Amino acid sequence: MASRDEIKFLSNPNLGSQRKKYCRFKKFGIRHIDYKDPDFLVQFLNAQGKLLPRRITGNSLKYQKKVAVAIKRARHLAILPYVTDLLK
Amino acid sequence: MRQYEVTFVVDPVLSGDEIKTAAKSYEDLLKNEGCSIVATDDLGLKTLAYPINRRNSGIYFTHEFTTETGAVVPKLELAMKRDERIMRFLTIKLDKYGVKYNDDKRNGRIGKKEAHVSKLAKDNEKLVIKDDLTRLEGIGPKIAQLLVTAGVNSYEKVSQADSDQLKDILAKGGSAYLSHDPGTWPEQAKLAAAKDWTKLDALQNKLRGGKVVGEEE
Repeated sequence: MASRDEIKFLSNPNLGSQRKKYCRFKKFGIRHIDYKDPDFLVQFLNAQGKLLPRRITGNSLKYQKKVAVAIKRARHLAILPYVTDLLK
Repeated sequence: MRQYEVTFVVDPVLSGDEIKTAAKSYEDLLKNEGCSIVATDDLGLKTLAYPINRRNSGIYFTHEFTTETGAVVPKLELAMKRDERIMRFLTIKLDKYGVKYNDDKRNGRIGKKEAHVSKLAKDNEKLVIKDDLTRLEGIGPKIAQLLVTAGVNSYEKVSQADSDQLKDILAKGGSAYLSHDPGTWPEQAKLAAAKDWTKLDALQNKLRGGKVVGEEE
């Protein structure tokens, strides 16, 4: 019987065992989301500049709403685009 | 007491003075209305995420102010709407976390800003010329400048750097410096750092243009 180290898996056996998602705002105690910081906000956008859903980012409802407001403010000031491609 | 923050984008086509006057005029307007300015921040010229009025960049300013009532905000916004120099503006009321965030940011307690400030301080430290590097044979004023901007600003640092590192610095300076051979610089710098000038002179007599003279010469 080969030990686990010797078995060559066709795909990564760790796939599927996801790490638990968490709300980074709650975890790190971030209370205010700055709309002037595009590098931070871009983490919550997809490549088209659309807001990522909570089920992907793991944000709590409270902070997802705040992220959405901050991103909309940034878009108004042309810090972030409304629509684009290849944002990331 | 309410604290507000107004961010606006000024047309980049204006001259430097006009841009400053535009930003200053709103500071004055706020002061005239009895607001106290907490901070003003010049965020500088930034590329816009999408063109506004056929402009692709804008100069961002932020004024943070406190006022007893919000009565000044409509006045401020009306003035900005009428102003052709202003491309976009946004006024928001800061909650207590926002006030704290901005305060922390100004004092360099927010990660990124802190890194930025310490980087600036580091850059400044780097630019101080500690020793006259041109004393070493093979280093002229231009190379000395190059080394100092790369952070190698003293004999001690040159002596610690190995020739590959120095070569890298030279290569970054352009192809004109590629012909220089920094092989003997650390050795020379070691003597200079120890203030052993007689030995350094003796060594330099053996060198020609900072290079070891070959046997056949």
